[in-house]
Amino acid sequence: MADVKLTNVKKIYSNNVEVLRDINLDIKQGEFIVFVGPSGCGKSTLLRMISGLEEISAGTLEIDGVVVNDVPPALRGIAMVFQSYALYPHMTVYDNMAFSLQIAKTSKADIDQQVRKAADMLQLTPYLDRLPKALSGGQRQRVAIGRAIVRRPKVFLFDEPLSNLDAALRVATRMEIANLKDSMPDSTMIYVTHDQVEAMTLADRIVLLSGGDIEQVGSPLELYEHPANVFVAKFIGSPAMNIVPCRIEQTGAQTLVSLSASTSIQTPIVTESSEQAKPAFFGIRPEDLVVVSAEQESLFSGEVSFVESLGEATLLYVKIPGADDMVIAKQAGTLSIKRGDNVYLSAPAEKMHLFDENEQSYLRKG
Amino acid sequence: MITSSKRTPLTFLVHATVLFLVIIWTIPTAGLFISSIRDKNQLSTSGWWTALSTSEQRHVARAHEPKAQVQEGDRFVIRGNLFEGSAGEITKFGSSSLRPDEFDVGTVAELKKGETLQVLENGDYAFSSPVPWKGSRGDRIFYTAEVPPRFTLENYREVLNSEGLGKSFINSLTVTIPATIIPILVAAFAAYALAWMRFPGRALLVAAVVGLLVVPLQMSLIPLLKTYNLIGDFFGVGSKTYVGIWLAHTGFGLPLAIYLLRNYIVGLPREIIESARVDGASDFDIFRKIVLPLSFPALASFAIFQFLWVWNDLLIAMVFLGNDADHIVLTGQLRELLGSRGGNWEILTASAFITIIIPLCVFFGLQRYLVRGLLAGSVK
Amino acid sequence: MGQLASALVTMILGVMGCAAYFYGSNFLLDKIFPTKSGAAAVVARNLRVANNIRPWLFLGPAVLLLTFYLFYPVIDSIRLSFYGRSGEEFVGLANYKWLFGSDEFYESFRNNMLWLIVVPTAATFFGLIIATMTDRIWWGNIAKSLIFMPMAISFVGASVIWKFIYDFRTGGEDQIGLLNALVVFFGGEPQTWLTIPIWNNFFLMVILIWIQTGFAMVILSAALRGIPDETIEAAVLDGANGFQIFYKIMVPQIWGTIAVVWTTITILVLKVFDIVLAMTNAQWGTQVLANQMFSWMFNGGGDFGRGAVIALVIMVLVIPIMVWNIRRANAEMEGR
Ligand SMILES: Nc1ncnc2c1ncn2[C@@H]1O[C@H](COP(=O)(O)OP(=O)(O)OP(=O)(O)O)[C@@H](O)[C@H]1O
Ligand SMILES: [Mg+2]
Repeated sequence: MADVKLTNVKKIYSNNVEVLRDINLDIKQGEFIVFVGPSGCGKSTLLRMISGLEEISAGTLEIDGVVVNDVPPALRGIAMVFQSYALYPHMTVYDNMAFSLQIAKTSKADIDQQVRKAADMLQLTPYLDRLPKALSGGQRQRVAIGRAIVRRPKVFLFDEPLSNLDAALRVATRMEIANLKDSMPDSTMIYVTHDQVEAMTLADRIVLLSGGDIEQVGSPLELYEHPANVFVAKFIGSPAMNIVPCRIEQTGAQTLVSLSASTSIQTPIVTESSEQAKPAFFGIRPEDLVVVSAEQESLFSGEVSFVESLGEATLLYVKIPGADDMVIAKQAGTLSIKRGDNVYLSAPAEKMHLFDENEQSYLRKG
Repeated sequence: MITSSKRTPLTFLVHATVLFLVIIWTIPTAGLFISSIRDKNQLSTSGWWTALSTSEQRHVARAHEPKAQVQEGDRFVIRGNLFEGSAGEITKFGSSSLRPDEFDVGTVAELKKGETLQVLENGDYAFSSPVPWKGSRGDRIFYTAEVPPRFTLENYREVLNSEGLGKSFINSLTVTIPATIIPILVAAFAAYALAWMRFPGRALLVAAVVGLLVVPLQMSLIPLLKTYNLIGDFFGVGSKTYVGIWLAHTGFGLPLAIYLLRNYIVGLPREIIESARVDGASDFDIFRKIVLPLSFPALASFAIFQFLWVWNDLLIAMVFLGNDADHIVLTGQLRELLGSRGGNWEILTASAFITIIIPLCVFFGLQRYLVRGLLAGSVK
Repeated sequence: MGQLASALVTMILGVMGCAAYFYGSNFLLDKIFPTKSGAAAVVARNLRVANNIRPWLFLGPAVLLLTFYLFYPVIDSIRLSFYGRSGEEFVGLANYKWLFGSDEFYESFRNNMLWLIVVPTAATFFGLIIATMTDRIWWGNIAKSLIFMPMAISFVGASVIWKFIYDFRTGGEDQIGLLNALVVFFGGEPQTWLTIPIWNNFFLMVILIWIQTGFAMVILSAALRGIPDETIEAAVLDGANGFQIFYKIMVPQIWGTIAVVWTTITILVLKVFDIVLAMTNAQWGTQVLANQMFSWMFNGGGDFGRGAVIALVIMVLVIPIMVWNIRRANAEMEGR
């Protein structure tokens, strides 16, 4: 029903700051897309441009194959849920949800039916006559979602809808949004967050933005397993991926890199011979590193400068030669390793990442 | 708000200071009110704060004319009462302006040519003379009396009975009510446009409104009067009409109305307005259904101020509405009273108090909106 | 009764007429450029047109009224300031020469500066103090109502009231003016307050301060209530005392409102002439610009040229405030 397509979209504010540069994105009908990125990277701006609240400085936005750059928000078939909920404080829950339909001059009976259906779905029926100020944060959030639902939009837009909720409620509401998506498989949903757990759990595809550019688009696992560059690698996953500067010693089907004079690693990553002797970045996720005994084959070894016990896992901060930053290794359960111990770390070859001097990923074989 | 400072010396200080300020601020009005219900003689001789105490007053009265005399034995006597119905207690009396308190009450004063005068506490006096009284005027009696406090609505009756006050009351309302509502309506629309709509020249307009805030309205009167006369002639209705003064008050009140309302409306949460826009509301819908209800406290507050300004205005009414009976407003009427009855404190005080009553009712009726807030923060 | 009815009808017609304009014009706009249904392209075009027209529907009456009642008179005054008594013969800079050569001008200029400094400062200050303090006592609303009361009094009424306070009786008569009664009570000599040079200006200012404090208080009190409690609680936790909270936490947060109040009262001060007229009739060195202008324009046949020059001086005086406000308004508007 509703594809959303952005072609060469730009946003330049009046003060000549280019907030978004050349965004190209193809969103398919029924997809759940999540925009993530650090604060100020332009997620909200992009969402608001799709909604029509913000003008598009250049490029085209198509919804359902129709260019809608100049179409007002109300006619784009979208509904938006704001971070602050933006409920109308002087209207009851019922009137809040009915507002858009009243504006559209829908018949009373239809309005009533739709509002009640949405209220039912979100367990809001008992609160229909209340004013927003008499609701809890979670209930307000649900009203905001209900208000979006009754419009039966083609595209749902969410701007950090959960960021005002406490942790438990956030999990519950997250699941509710997931259910909502399941019950409306035809609706496209675009969701902005800077919480990567939300992104990973909700998204069909994640769009990772940084400084006005799209860094990578892909399914959560794709971004996790095949980050296109160092930025994505470090943004997705917690703790962030270890990135260690290195030098390419040997190119080919198996690239050999050296982290320091004493440490070289054989990676299953293909490089062209032209890359020979270039600086690069070796990446490995903390959860992929395992502590091995001295005799076994290891990638590198170093002194533990810090141990964090989380209960279900232990984080080791290891100083290794050739790297300025400490390498983090995440081990299941509790360990007897202490600060000052020397540890040997190993990792499966298929979990290794290699980025070129411009921080772009080399393709991994297989 | 600051719960920790409850019941400390500071709190006591706060109570004391506020009480002190409230007293200072109320005293002048209280004085006016008390004065307005005092007896007019007392009013001009003693301060209003003495209203409750018995006052010692010096008075002079004339005895009855000689033709009221009666012969009692060999003497001719004129009797009467100095108070003539009102109450009081005389302490001293005299017959010459040089020594008005020569005699104590009750004594029989020996005057020239065998005449005697006796004045009793209750005001009864008796002039007596061995020969018949002559002339057409009674003699003067000076006396000092302790007069008990006396309150009366006489002053109000006098003011209200005077010509045209009731009518000017209605005239005032006819001016004030539309001159309050119209500018609010016009200003609210303009304030919304300046706060939330995008159009070329907006910044310029905001600047212009702020700039026009400071135009002294006296300056406008001459050019406007000229134009009013032209327009009035054109329609054959004369230059002094109610519509004319409504628009004048609207024009003069607009800059401040737009300025204050825009400040408020700009502070409404942006997301609420955007949300309405996404919901398909046009700017007119947003204004009517979202902004107007949410700005109600601000509108009410401004209404109070505009009402007070218009009601208390004299200048614009004088210039644009005139002084004929069909148009004169309360303040104008009172000014005329002041002109014709200038020295009469009792008229001044009572009439001043009458002008205050309606504005006070408006204030007390609507003050909860003032308290609820004129500026942003209503939708926290 | 008949008059009441006709007054009512007039009022209703007036108000309805105004409302009808807004409804009617917007209704027409929606009818001519329908945006609620129809082909997307047409709707989009209609909407663009409607969005370009609608601000002017909203602003139209305001712009017209402002132009006619304020803007045009300003322009006309500038023109008149170069013309003679009747506004017909061109006299060049003669009016300006006259003004800057007259002693009365310097007197009223000096007085006006005093008024401008003292009245807004004092009224805002008292308003702020009272607003802060009444917010935390149980009878605060009663106190506020009483302090607001003078706002409801016309200048005619206020003048009567204060004449009563400043009244002076000669010789041994009882003083019926409160101020002199107090002076006498404490053993002093009664004064004719309104004739003491320079100081009499302050006695007149007291009246305006008395009236305007209520205005300042009401608006500031509203603003104070808008301050999030958290900021104050945080300051309490940080160990700030009552005064520090007031000056460092509360006042900065309502700075914008203080500016509004200050500006409003300043403008009022410049326009007020009634008090001076009624209390001293500008005698004994109490002349102010607004009253001077009023007398030149309306007394003795009027001299439009000279009146206009004084009006322009008043406007020039407030230009700094104007500029400051415009800049503030513009800064606020950024990003909207
Ligand atoms: N009206 C505006 N004028 C100029 N610059 C703006 C404006 N609105 C936003 N920006 C800038 O655009 C950039 C992107 O803002 P945006 O709100 O889209 O960030 P975001 O990714 O949503 O951040 P967050 O996660 O903090 O919400 C920011 O650097 C911001 O400063
Ligand atoms: Mg954002």
